[in-house]
Amino acid sequence: MKIDKTLPLEYQTEENSNRIFGFWIFLGAEIVLFSTLFAVYFTLWTRSGTGPSAAEIFQIKPVLLETFLLLTSSFTCGLAIHAMRLGMKKPFMTFMAITLLLGLGFLGIEIYEFVTYVHEGATLQTSAFLSSLFVLLGTHGAHVTMGLLWGSGIMIQTQREGFTHDTANKSFIFSLYWHFLDVVWIFIFSFVYLKGLM
Amino acid sequence: MKWDEFFVTGEPMIYGAMASIVLVSLAILVGLTYFKKWGYLWREWLTTVDHKKIGIMYILSALVMLFRGGVDALMMRTQLAGPDMKFLDAQHYNEVFTTHGIIMILFMAMPFIIGLMNVVIPLQIGARDVAFPRLNAVSFWLFFSGAMLFNISFVIGGSPDAGWTAYFPLASLELSPTVGNNFYSIALQIAGIGTLMTGVNFIVTILKMRAPGMKLMRMPMFTWSVLITCVIIVFAFPVLTVALALMMFDRMFGAQFFTMANGGMDMLWANLFWVWGHPEVYIVVLPAFGIYSEIISTFSRKNLYGYKSMVISMVAISLLSFLVWAHHFYTMGHGAMVNGFFSVTTMAIAIPTGVKIFNWLFTLHKGRIQFTTPMLYSLAFIPIFTIGGVTGVMLAMASADYQYHNTMFLVAHFHYVLIPGTVFAVIAGMYYWFPKLFGFRLNERLGKLAFWLIAICFNVTFLPLFFLGLKGMTRRMYTYSASTGFGPLNLLATIGSIGLAIGFAVLVYSIYWSFRYEPRDTTSDPWDARTLEWATHSPVPEYNFAVTPNVKSLDAFWFWKKDKQPLFEDKIEEIHMPNNNGQPFVLGVIFFFFGFFMIFSWWTPAIISGIAIVVMLAVRSFERDHGRHISVKEINKTEQQLRGDKA
Repeated sequence: MKIDKTLPLEYQTEENSNRIFGFWIFLGAEIVLFSTLFAVYFTLWTRSGTGPSAAEIFQIKPVLLETFLLLTSSFTCGLAIHAMRLGMKKPFMTFMAITLLLGLGFLGIEIYEFVTYVHEGATLQTSAFLSSLFVLLGTHGAHVTMGLLWGSGIMIQTQREGFTHDTANKSFIFSLYWHFLDVVWIFIFSFVYLKGLM
Repeated sequence: MKWDEFFVTGEPMIYGAMASIVLVSLAILVGLTYFKKWGYLWREWLTTVDHKKIGIMYILSALVMLFRGGVDALMMRTQLAGPDMKFLDAQHYNEVFTTHGIIMILFMAMPFIIGLMNVVIPLQIGARDVAFPRLNAVSFWLFFSGAMLFNISFVIGGSPDAGWTAYFPLASLELSPTVGNNFYSIALQIAGIGTLMTGVNFIVTILKMRAPGMKLMRMPMFTWSVLITCVIIVFAFPVLTVALALMMFDRMFGAQFFTMANGGMDMLWANLFWVWGHPEVYIVVLPAFGIYSEIISTFSRKNLYGYKSMVISMVAISLLSFLVWAHHFYTMGHGAMVNGFFSVTTMAIAIPTGVKIFNWLFTLHKGRIQFTTPMLYSLAFIPIFTIGGVTGVMLAMASADYQYHNTMFLVAHFHYVLIPGTVFAVIAGMYYWFPKLFGFRLNERLGKLAFWLIAICFNVTFLPLFFLGLKGMTRRMYTYSASTGFGPLNLLATIGSIGLAIGFAVLVYSIYWSFRYEPRDTTSDPWDARTLEWATHSPVPEYNFAVTPNVKSLDAFWFWKKDKQPLFEDKIEEIHMPNNNGQPFVLGVIFFFFGFFMIFSWWTPAIISGIAIVVMLAVRSFERDHGRHISVKEINKTEQQLRGDKA
């Protein structure tokens, strides 16, 4: 295995640098996936049938809190990778833990929000608008859930093995994924919630 | 659910199919046990991460699916042979044309193409394997479990019956209440994930793993076509993923995406489906163009005419392929502006395609042409595909399309595009690259016999359909009366389809015959070809190239042969290879059961198998497998053996 010491740890083997490149392409596919969901939402969002409309169910407070949690988690995730580049294991673990806890908080509020909607009679089955809303938000939420499991796995591995080619590579790819989910959320926040509340 | 709802009942033909499935499965199990092949099967195939073996498994599955889809086709042609036939009833006919379409596109054409990609691409670019060998195995097993899941639908639960396009509201739970369309959404979803992973894998392979000196503009044309195809896959398949997921939510969880009430929009499905579906057509046809480019240039003894324009036209086709989807439903009435726009973009595709046709003709011009079997398919492709293309331009004109829409004219058109465009290409590719994999050619005499049967009978089958369509015969009608006058041409088409079936039977027989009797090829370059895959031994050793080639020009292997331009300059070094692993196979099996439980809405087992999938991902994440090294000594020994040196 050829190792190029001039590169950051996560890029040093050819296999690992291919993994990062491959993940970027996968994120390209993810962009198409979310774009399609957004397109579906924008097509259907005024078609609320007999159910409630967007302005009737959206509440700004929990959404602002969600946004705050997720944006902060993206920042701490960046700090974790910075710590990794400096070879500082303890700060890395701390920042990763904060990232995942913030993600967990985000998910908690999203679930609370879903439960509230359902209590108000706004379910997946009510109207095309709500179907598209639940599936768009749910897909993003499922990605966050996946990220929580994945990130925890990487933390355990780094705790055991320290910064190796493997763990550094996994952590870096995880950070790409996590920032990507943040970007998607910015679009959801702006074009689903803010637009819906206007 | 009762057992008589679980199994499809009441059709003697389906009982026959059930019996034959059970018998064939038993025969395979008994055979494997009797010949003690379980270990061999597990070690050499089920756990393999070798791109060549994965490619062979893809192609074998594709041939099996070709048989299944072909039987569907013959059943339809039998039913339509004369007026008022009673061979199939309306429901059964609906199921047959639905599964014929899906199987031929997604489980025959796609895996055949992906199989050839797997076999050829790493060899053509001088690489040891694909970028992510394990992921490649996962792709295959996901495709395979999706295909199996889809195929069991006709004995368990009932096949989908709303056409391969599954338009809403017909495909909704209300109008298609059986689990048939659940099979459609789940099985295609699983296979689609596999395809997406293949796309990512091959983009990285081609962009990052080329031999030193092979710049982008020195890549063989097939490699170019696959690169562009994979970009289309990565951008088109997520749309299918979403469309199928929404279909699942509508049918299984009561969502309102495509319903007729509560704000749902049935047209949304048609749009999403074709935003994926039209690029999909180019996903199966662009690699075929690549295959023809290789074959035509090899057997004309000339380099490919207009290399750059070939690349540019493929890029143009790939961009345009995303801008034409609405031409599939002009008649749904979205206004003159929209129809006009899609008419123009659709007709524009004829320009880059025309460039390619002329490039092939100019490659042939003044070439020393050898009429081998792969070359015959390539030569037949050009005129037949052009008929398909020209009728495509006819259909592209929105106003005229109101006349042709959903008639047999359309059916004839897309068979004229897809059969010479894709099926001829994959057969030609199989004949062309077969000696590389197995060390002997497929018999030429039988191959040519099969070619003439297939090429002639193809036209006998599908040419009449153009005229039937113009006379007003719509597609998907399961019967017609004698007074329509559709009888004679339909009978002719049915006779053609029998000839086509005989042609394919000869083709399969030629594979069997060649395995037994064809003399072995010792040259490793039987066609005197131009590209790197012919620079290594046949059959190819697992590490592909003992020494990585240094590429100095386009067609480097050719100039190595003819001008003694150096190609292998380095010394043999230790080679790093990935280990075999059973996880991809296990993951495929779990996905199969997960899909099955989802289809029948058996939630508890579905959740358990869903968790099992996440566990498999975790197992992979925690595993540390850095592959193994093949020593110089071992490589030297293998090379000597393959050269035929006596020890």
